Amino acid sequence: MTDVMPDVGPVVDDQPIGIAMHGVSPERRRAGRWLVWLATLGLAAIVLAQILFVSGVTAFGFANWRPIVYAWLVWSVVIAAGQVIVRGERGQRALFILPAVLFTVAMVIFPTLSGFYIAFTDWNLSQLEGRHFNGLDNLRSLFQDAYFWNALGNMVYYVLAVLGQYTIAFGLALLLNADIHGRKFFRVAFLMPFMLSPVAVSWMIGKSIMEFRFGPAAQVARFLGWDSPSFFTTPMIARAAVMAMDGWVSIPFVMVLLLAGLQALPGEVMEAAKVDGASPWQAFWKIVFPLTLPVSVTALILRIIFELKLADIVITVTDGGPGGATDTISSFIFREYRERSNVGYGTMLAQFYFIIIIVFVTLLLSLAARVMKRYS
Amino acid sequence: MRRAKKSAGRAIIYVLLLFWTVISLFPIYWTVTTSFKVAVDVTQGHMIPWYDYTPKWLGWRSLGLSPDTIFTESTVRSEFLFRFQNSVILSVGAAVLGIAIGSLAAYGLTRFEYKFGPWRNKDISSFFLSQLILPPVVLAMPFLVLYKQVDLFDTRIGLILIYTLSVLPIIIWIMRDQFAAIPHELEQAAFIDGCSVWGAFLRIVLPIALPGMAAAFILSVIICWNEYFFAALLSSTSAKTLPVMVASQTGSQGINWWSMAALSTAAIAPLALIGIFMERYIVKGLTAGAVK
Repeated sequence: MTDVMPDVGPVVDDQPIGIAMHGVSPERRRAGRWLVWLATLGLAAIVLAQILFVSGVTAFGFANWRPIVYAWLVWSVVIAAGQVIVRGERGQRALFILPAVLFTVAMVIFPTLSGFYIAFTDWNLSQLEGRHFNGLDNLRSLFQDAYFWNALGNMVYYVLAVLGQYTIAFGLALLLNADIHGRKFFRVAFLMPFMLSPVAVSWMIGKSIMEFRFGPAAQVARFLGWDSPSFFTTPMIARAAVMAMDGWVSIPFVMVLLLAGLQALPGEVMEAAKVDGASPWQAFWKIVFPLTLPVSVTALILRIIFELKLADIVITVTDGGPGGATDTISSFIFREYRERSNVGYGTMLAQFYFIIIIVFVTLLLSLAARVMKRYS
Repeated sequence: MRRAKKSAGRAIIYVLLLFWTVISLFPIYWTVTTSFKVAVDVTQGHMIPWYDYTPKWLGWRSLGLSPDTIFTESTVRSEFLFRFQNSVILSVGAAVLGIAIGSLAAYGLTRFEYKFGPWRNKDISSFFLSQLILPPVVLAMPFLVLYKQVDLFDTRIGLILIYTLSVLPIIIWIMRDQFAAIPHELEQAAFIDGCSVWGAFLRIVLPIALPGMAAAFILSVIICWNEYFFAALLSSTSAKTLPVMVASQTGSQGINWWSMAALSTAAIAPLALIGIFMERYIVKGLTAGAVK
């Protein structure tokens, strides 16, 4: 990720910069170590006791795992305190980063581990019997699931639509960057769709403006000669309608980034181009576009990453229909959870998709790095 | 000749600007005006209040928010206000928690060199930022299972923790950029005056970084307010948010347009206001780190 992102400024060296280092006495260090060990042992003991209780070996334990969360919190605080006690000044520096690290690790590691376990079970909440380990069965049915591959195919369309969003957004950014009156008003107006929740947009546009009887969009379509306009019955049109709504919400994001990129361009460059008699078209392709390329690449990558999570609009407007034509992976898995309670299989789909995303984004980033190198 | 061409160019620019303004604002105009319509106005496609239809409070009455129902009992209104309150608590709570731990991490990453085994600052930053690509579907079910175990399912604090996780990479990205722009000499002067690392951070750096924090805060609130996926899967009654309410109404057939429009208007109004008055901060937050 960091490759395409601008570098952070210079880092102050780890060596003390004019600070009086408070020496940490050996006794203090030993006491700190003891404290950390004690807390770790305590946490391990509580977790172990609870595991034994849940598996029925012992009779003493907690009704649920909530106390383990508190134990984790206490342990985190002791670890942080231990850093300061043992390492003094340097421990204080570690304290800046520890909360975020401990939080993210706790929130990502446990769900990911349990996710991998769930993915290999035949767990269905609507069935009375609990989960069973079923090996590679889920993976096998994934490869035969035409709906999953169909949704994955749709994702290709949605990701390609980002290029359309980018083109429109660049046009808008150029308009806003022109010498115009009321720029502030236009900027606020253009940013507006970004503020709105996709779920509300689903009703505002998908369910009412695009409604086939009374919606304004249908009336305009009828006026233009489309006799029976319906935006969500033909696969291609339905997909285009979802893309239009998604674009409406996300174009402002790309536009804001590109506009900032344009405003950061040095004025002299444009002046020089004008003096040389370059037409606006030439000036754009020879100067503006290459100079804003880093911003473009960042905007496109971020947009694609967000696009890969597209779900809300599809879930609320089309529910994947007609015949799966608008399904995204997320909306498909959402239905697998919600309507079929198929937790085990749905999680396998999600994990599989996650691996695809990691591979895809890694390729994308290396491609972006190569493009940037060629232009700079 | 040249002047004519130039003013024609300007005219085209303004036409395009107005065209996109209509595209951006028409759905909002449509929703707000529809909330004051009755059945006839909807079926006949009336568009302009007082010109081709008379505004009625029908839609707002069904929410219990019209002038004649505002002081009477209304189950829909209390339901709506409860969801609204949940949305506020969740998004503000997650933004505050995210800003607190995210700013600290961002400051540490720009100022000190860390080593966690083979991991250096660059790797730690990548670790945080890479959470951005994690799609909600991957975490949703494991969280459902875990949250049922630790009794956090359908609680506000449970959703706050998840929302914090999802905005944390963005906050760290924005704040890293903000702190990197603050000259190190300021802190060094404070060190010489006898400040500790934390003293310098709290007393010198934090006040300078406040506008950046405001930008990150507002952006986080927007993202959390609009979140639907986790809220739909990880809440049943007591932690439901506004988007979940809107979505559940959208799905049911035969719901009146005017009620739906009133509900949508009420759901988007706070963010529309933020958009109008805080545009500067939103743009600052979005462009931090992306533009040099």
